Amino acid sequence: MSALLHVDNISKRFGGFVALDGVDLEVQPGERLGLIGPNGSGKSTLVNCICGTLQNESGSVSFDGRVIDGLAAHQRTHRGLARSFQLPRPFHSMSLADNLRIPLLYTVHARKGPLRSAGDLDARCHELLDMVGLLKKAKQLPRDLTQVEMRKLELARAMAAEPKLLIADESMAGLSHSEIDDILELLVRMNERGITVILIEHIMSAVMSFSQRLAVLVSGKKIADGKPEDVVQNPEVVKAYIGQ
Amino acid sequence: MNGLKFSAIAIGVGLVVMAFAAWLGLDYFYFAGYTILQYIVLATAWNILGGYCGYVNFGSAAFFAMGAYSSVALHKFDGEIDTWFPDNIAPLLHAIFPLPIPILILFGGIVSGIAGLGMGYLTLRLRGSFFAIATLALAVVLQTLVVNWDFVGGSRGAYIIRPETIVIAGFEINYIIYLFVLMLILAVIALTTARAIERSQLGFGFATIRDDELAAEASGVPTLRLKLIATTLSGAFMGMAGAPFPYYIGYLQPASAFSLDYAVNSIAMPMIGGTTSWIGPLVGSVLLGSLQQIATVTISSAVNLLIVGILLVTFVIIAPNGLVGLTQEHWRKRRRP
Repeated sequence: MSALLHVDNISKRFGGFVALDGVDLEVQPGERLGLIGPNGSGKSTLVNCICGTLQNESGSVSFDGRVIDGLAAHQRTHRGLARSFQLPRPFHSMSLADNLRIPLLYTVHARKGPLRSAGDLDARCHELLDMVGLLKKAKQLPRDLTQVEMRKLELARAMAAEPKLLIADESMAGLSHSEIDDILELLVRMNERGITVILIEHIMSAVMSFSQRLAVLVSGKKIADGKPEDVVQNPEVVKAYIGQ
Repeated sequence: MNGLKFSAIAIGVGLVVMAFAAWLGLDYFYFAGYTILQYIVLATAWNILGGYCGYVNFGSAAFFAMGAYSSVALHKFDGEIDTWFPDNIAPLLHAIFPLPIPILILFGGIVSGIAGLGMGYLTLRLRGSFFAIATLALAVVLQTLVVNWDFVGGSRGAYIIRPETIVIAGFEINYIIYLFVLMLILAVIALTTARAIERSQLGFGFATIRDDELAAEASGVPTLRLKLIATTLSGAFMGMAGAPFPYYIGYLQPASAFSLDYAVNSIAMPMIGGTTSWIGPLVGSVLLGSLQQIATVTISSAVNLLIVGILLVTFVIIAPNGLVGLTQEHWRKRRRP
């Protein structure tokens, strides 16, 4: 089976700081991959390079069988790459329903042509809001939401683009146990619909229960990749997390 | 309400304004009205980039002046046809020139639209105040170029003697009324365009740029392309507002075409009216424009900028979302006590 996402030896520096140093990563279609690493290890930089927010300096990224280097972020979204942001970034002047309308108008239309009527668009927005339990607040503005609702909106917006691969960047940080379970359940449901998911997270219990495979980044290098229970036993990983 | 219906109503309102002016029978009304209509176009144009996309343009005067000076250049060109062209081509050109004002408006729009596109390419990678400073710099550079361009009069300025009247379809009408009607039509077109954008996919895209560009890209919005559309449209309308100006004023010099008034007013009017909808710039320019006209007649034209300054500061403190925002807030509170 060919990989859905193929990251080949990519590097990124910020001035003298090496954020990513020859990282390789493969993700198979339908997989649930956990990506962990201490703060500053390059996880978000890797996401930004995959999604086109930053451009990698060397190496290459292929998605769905095609090299996507040099493509702008929106072009990658059109190809089926979606992400949620670490700190939620809703469109604050728009209602929740309108927040979801944007990817429908700009990504789904671009991919399939403007097939949807205004009624279909509204129905789809409401369906997505219902999925994340925010239907009652469809007409409210993002500023009326709690933290966990904001994260759900972020995931719903990523879902609205009908992606093949979803990258959830620390979508559980700062949430309570029950809220984390909420989000996890949501991500599992998305995965069951056939969406490949990369979960970036610090909360180990969540990562361990979600991931089928675990990759570890430390100082811009991938130091482990494999079954979650094996990876957490790996002496190098233990050293990076707990110290010697 | 669809676009056609809206245009019909806008034209209706325009006709009422015309009828009122005819009833007044006062030439000055047309003279003052032209200025207010010109500000409606300028403010609406500014709002397409500044209000919808959130990119503050301090260089409105430059786009306005480019429209005005393209008219001056074409007017001067008309005078030079016999010296520049051989005898067999000159009569042909004389048949075309002098160009009618609507064509000059189109031409001014194209020139300023292209300039807007160019400015977009050069500056849109900058955000916030850096973008604003770049647009201000553009205005200064352009003014310097015009001051040193002898063909359009340089720093001395250029006279354009406008005819007293113009004959259209057998009717002889006062030239000021003619310019007023043209500007009225232009204002209707600008408002209809702004309103159409607001309700379209393009309008939603513009709003995402204002809210969060990174999130917009991640949702599939081609932000750079949309910003270029906004700068081009905005610049084009400003140029169109400027094109008939030399005929209105009779004498154009760089200091008046690049005047601070245009830059400040085209920012202040949408801010005071409200930047998120097409009504805002309309309300702002009618209010502020009328106040300025009244002040010019009763006190002095020198107090105009003072009025703008005081109102702008007041509104930024009391109603940061302008009059439209203030009204919306009021209705929301009444609905949910």
